[in-house]
Amino acid sequence: MLRPVATFLHGRNAFYVSLLLLPPLLWLGTVYLASLFALLTQSFYAIDEFTARIVPEFTLKTYGQLFTQPANVDIVLRTVFMAVAVTAAAAVVAFPLANYMARHAGPKMKALCYVGVMLPMWTSYLVKVYAWRLILAKQGIASWAMTSLGLGGALDTLLATPVVGGPSLASSYIGMFIVFVYMWLPFMILPLAAALERVPGSLLQASADLGARPGQTFRNVVLPLALPGLAAGSVFTFSLTLGDYIIPSVVGAPGYFIGMMVYQQQGTAGNMPLAAAFSVVPIVLIAVYLALAKRLGAFDAL
Amino acid sequence: MTHAIELEDVSRAFGAVLALDHVSLGILPGEFFALLGPSGSGKTTCLRLIAGFDHPDSGRVLLDGEEVTDVPPYDRNLNTVFQDYALFPHMTVAENVAYGLRVRGVAAAEQRRRAAGMLDLVRLGSYGDRRPAQLSGGQRQRVALARALINQPKVLLLDEPLGALDLKLREEMQVELKSLQQRLGITFVFVTHDQGEALSMADRVAVFSHGRIEQLDTPRGLYTRPRTAFVANFVGSANVVTAQAAERLTGRRESFAIRPEQIDLLADDAVPAAGLIWCSGKLEDILYHGASSRCHVRLDAGTVLAVARPESGSASHVPPRGSSVRIAWRPESMVLLESG
Amino acid sequence: MRSRRDWSRASLGQRLAAAAGLVFLHAPVWVIVLYAFTTEDRTYQFPPPGLTLHWFEVAFARSDMWAAMRLSLLVALAATALALVLGTLAAFALARREFAGKESITLLFVLPIALPGIITGLALLAGMRTIGLEPGFWTIVAGHATFCLVIVYNNVVARLRRMPASWVEASMDLGADGFQTFRYVLLPQVASALLAGGMLAFALSFDEIIVTLFTAGHQQTLPIWFYGELFRPRERPITNVVAVVVILVTLVPILLAYYLTRTDEKGDT
Repeated sequence: MLRPVATFLHGRNAFYVSLLLLPPLLWLGTVYLASLFALLTQSFYAIDEFTARIVPEFTLKTYGQLFTQPANVDIVLRTVFMAVAVTAAAAVVAFPLANYMARHAGPKMKALCYVGVMLPMWTSYLVKVYAWRLILAKQGIASWAMTSLGLGGALDTLLATPVVGGPSLASSYIGMFIVFVYMWLPFMILPLAAALERVPGSLLQASADLGARPGQTFRNVVLPLALPGLAAGSVFTFSLTLGDYIIPSVVGAPGYFIGMMVYQQQGTAGNMPLAAAFSVVPIVLIAVYLALAKRLGAFDAL
Repeated sequence: MTHAIELEDVSRAFGAVLALDHVSLGILPGEFFALLGPSGSGKTTCLRLIAGFDHPDSGRVLLDGEEVTDVPPYDRNLNTVFQDYALFPHMTVAENVAYGLRVRGVAAAEQRRRAAGMLDLVRLGSYGDRRPAQLSGGQRQRVALARALINQPKVLLLDEPLGALDLKLREEMQVELKSLQQRLGITFVFVTHDQGEALSMADRVAVFSHGRIEQLDTPRGLYTRPRTAFVANFVGSANVVTAQAAERLTGRRESFAIRPEQIDLLADDAVPAAGLIWCSGKLEDILYHGASSRCHVRLDAGTVLAVARPESGSASHVPPRGSSVRIAWRPESMVLLESG
Repeated sequence: MRSRRDWSRASLGQRLAAAAGLVFLHAPVWVIVLYAFTTEDRTYQFPPPGLTLHWFEVAFARSDMWAAMRLSLLVALAATALALVLGTLAAFALARREFAGKESITLLFVLPIALPGIITGLALLAGMRTIGLEPGFWTIVAGHATFCLVIVYNNVVARLRRMPASWVEASMDLGADGFQTFRYVLLPQVASALLAGGMLAFALSFDEIIVTLFTAGHQQTLPIWFYGELFRPRERPITNVVAVVVILVTLVPILLAYYLTRTDEKGDT
């Protein structure tokens, strides 16, 4: 019945592949790539100051606006700084759990830990953000916990810190920072645990055999070999923080982040070119970061 | 008579690697044929071309005299037993065996009957309802055999069929495969890197090296009359003496091979019989192998030859290491080798 | 316990730190579940003064919430259906066969989830504006389908790559052509991957907010409705209830998908 067709396709590899790839490529090409191209094009347009309309002529004026206006530069720097801080903190917080899962847990415990890490990862993003807003609110759990532990004074001091503090945890950079670390933590734990697991036990035994104490073995053998896992996890934490706009608006201080700026500019301000230009920044930064991470072996760890 | 399988000047390259280099061979109907060679020699590629899983870059493949170079595997009248058995895990053993019938549209009842018959043939009659995962390696191989034979192919191809089995099982299966082939009367072509297997099972063997057939001969022919140094070394062990060294030993500048068991180990002062070629040397090493010992003798001329010395069981009369000895052999035992 | 790994047993401190990490990860979600039952409706007071099911009733009476949920369900179904077809086609093409340009095409199939959601969202909006397309049901679906197809593709391709090539060859050797081989050998094997990929895609689409905010226009999916409620203090408990519902609707398919893939890997001979 269909055999002649099958035989026709049998030797013709290129034809078969093209046939299969046509629909998905067509889709991705038109819906996705074309849109990305439209975005890029928009970033090279500019808003006419008088008519507030987009002038479809090639110009670098919008990029100029991006890089010369101090407010804009602030936004970019603020976002990058937060992304770096979150990455560093996530690495530190993730390590004990990842280390335990990879090297010390028995098989049942390990499976439990993996599910334990993946469950929150797969829980709805918005629900998690909302949960933190509740926790960090003025009369929420966080302040209740701190007060019951007698650390009420410490919390007030923390909130009084210039720049990172604020009226409550839910509207301060510290709060935002905590939420970011929480949200991306599983993305750091999993590659890190995978990399740590791949460190052969024989290496640790050799190190011990040559006279190194556990701490030295950790610093000289485990940590360098875990680096690709750290790099892989950091790719996630960095790029996710860089592009996020929901968390800064739900839990955060008045200062703008790249994501919020993009959202606002394309919406109420109607300045699509500027929004587009702003969004190119994360793309470039992520591309650079990916190149760096690749050299550290992140892609082998994924 | 028409060859059951014929390869005409077939070549196949993978990128820069030439897997088959203008190979031609003919396999007779009813033959138990072996493709022998080390890994990367092209023997598996050859099998795949016959089966239809690959297409030659040049040359022709013929089955029963008809060209099948462009014919897909499902239209060729032969079947394959794969190295990893390739049993479908989501089907029972009986369903696996009946697969060939199912895809041809045979009625379900008939499928069941013939699959059961096939399983009886390989002595797995009661295993029909099990899953492949529940079987041992040897049992899986027999299921693979049954599955491949259900379509009554004229040719059965086997890709390293005994590689995954342990020694005892392997020896049993060698006997079983040979008797099965004789009972069925069809052509068997199997690929192996084990020369002992090829020698004991096959009617004829093609020895592959670097994409070419070095020699195509009966097992006895390969062993007693190897044509090249490669064949001499690959099939059984042999002493290969270069032309240069040969000149000093025999007076003729021709490379030759001689099997260790064809050389006699004599005492330093022994007088070799007339007509034998002999020389002196030092006994460098002696490795005990149970039924015989392998003695490495470094000749005064410099070459090292391996000599097989039958063991009588007692430890006496064993010459000590480092002692001077003489070795001798009959001129007819030497096999002249083709250069290159 | 076993003695062979004595020297690598974790110290008490290490185990506490690991446990602390797990608690940190889980606590917030459980907090929300707890809050859905609180009697207090005006502040985020903790501990909750009392527990009640009252808010569940109130929440389920909200018609705008149901409308949003219905929209989310329809979008997720449509996006998943599209993703299943497109992702599977791509997976079969890219699983094993080599061809010119394969690397670039593989990269293309990673981009939708590699680039931050905001880029995808803004790009889609820019695309829509350029051709003058009004946002609506299908623009939401289009956005979701784009990254959902990557999810399905990843699942199916992983399954295909784990399958020994000899199975396809064996099937053909026994007389089955390409279509028959697909039907009898390949489809049963990838069925679980399709199911898992489909469920993951469904869950991700149902929960999606970042891209959807750009492509939805005036439509409200459940996450968008939820996002709007975040800033309305008086309806807080209802938001909590909806949060619990969302957790269940997205978590269940994901867990099922996870267990499907696990048993798949264990079941390979």
